[in-house]
Amino acid sequence: MSLRISDLCIARGGIPVLEGLSFALEPGQALILRGPNGSGKTTLLRTIAGLQPPVSGTIEGAEDMIAYAGHSDGIKPTLTVSENLDFWAQVFGTEGIAAAIEAFDLDILRDRPAGELSAGQKRRLGLSRMLVTGRPIWVLDEPTVSLDAKSVMMFAEAVRAHLGQGGSALIATHIDLGLDSAVLEVGPFKAKLPAIDDFDGAFL
Amino acid sequence: MIALLMRDLRLAMRAGGGFGLGLAFFLIVTVMVPLSVGPQAALLGSIAPGVLWLGALLACLLSLDRLLALDWEDGSLDLLATAPLPLEAAVSVKALAHWITTGLPLVLAAPVLGVLLNLPVPGFKWVMISLLLGTPALSVIGTFGAALTVGLKRGGLLMSLLVMPLYMPTLIFGAEVARRGAIGMDIQTPLLMLAGISAASIALLPFASAAVLRINLR
Repeated sequence: MSLRISDLCIARGGIPVLEGLSFALEPGQALILRGPNGSGKTTLLRTIAGLQPPVSGTIEGAEDMIAYAGHSDGIKPTLTVSENLDFWAQVFGTEGIAAAIEAFDLDILRDRPAGELSAGQKRRLGLSRMLVTGRPIWVLDEPTVSLDAKSVMMFAEAVRAHLGQGGSALIATHIDLGLDSAVLEVGPFKAKLPAIDDFDGAFL
Repeated sequence: MIALLMRDLRLAMRAGGGFGLGLAFFLIVTVMVPLSVGPQAALLGSIAPGVLWLGALLACLLSLDRLLALDWEDGSLDLLATAPLPLEAAVSVKALAHWITTGLPLVLAAPVLGVLLNLPVPGFKWVMISLLLGTPALSVIGTFGAALTVGLKRGGLLMSLLVMPLYMPTLIFGAEVARRGAIGMDIQTPLLMLAGISAASIALLPFASAAVLRINLR
């Protein structure tokens, strides 16, 4: 169940952003992606999550293995915290949201409409969704945005527990999570290719 | 799939969900028509099937821009696309939820509003049957339009322009069934055409909607 990326080239808006990227993520491992704004971290994560096709190169072991969390949490403001989580648990066919509620300390917020939560609380709810998916590979894009120090610890603890159960995580972040993990600096893989002259590509 | 359907229905019922928006619009249009046409019962009776169909179609169109845009804005569409549920199933379920919250109330309200329009008695049955057969096509075609314009801010205008020509066959044959039914003519041909349009839309368009959605999510 390891994720293998080989010689990957990815593009955003017809302009290649990263090329020649290869790495492997084994069960129990976490990999932190670092790089300046606009270096292609989000595009890389979206490509690995299957939301867009790579320009070239291969991604192995990603199919139906990935739980993706992007910049927005996908929370419905008029549903309560537990209704939001229940929905994702049903979509992913898993049982029980109790572990997720507990891991992110959402118990007192359970029956509150998600629209009334603060930004940090929403983020915690969004991250707790990872636990209900039951997927082994977590792909997280800047998960700690708007979290306070205590919540960051809570999140790091959840990732550690996930790794302990044989899961893996690919995290783009600018802060130190205190995880014992490898770091991949994406800067050196910056693409030098010219923009793709592919008029039809926008439509196909 | 059932989870997604239940979520969409629940969202529609909650505050700001837009349930009843189409129905209220339908009500407004059909109440205003007799007032604007004036006291001509015979004329009103003969245009009633067309007015009911047009009102239903516009009511459907009005609620389309929320169909996928809300899920796109809050990121749920990205998450649904990475979920085990195929996108084809997800868009079908969303179209079904749209039909239940918009199309079905229109079908049920049509006979009541038919009274206001002096719809001839044999017409009530056929207006309901034609709407029951035709509104699923309106929801499915509308979902395709919503998928095409999902990433655009204020995509409502473009979506209406794209969806309008696709709605025309449904409107023509649907209103024809209702008109012929109201004056006691044979309805078989337009009824079969309407049923065919609905069946073909339901069978084919979810694949097209899912394909354009995948492109728009890139």
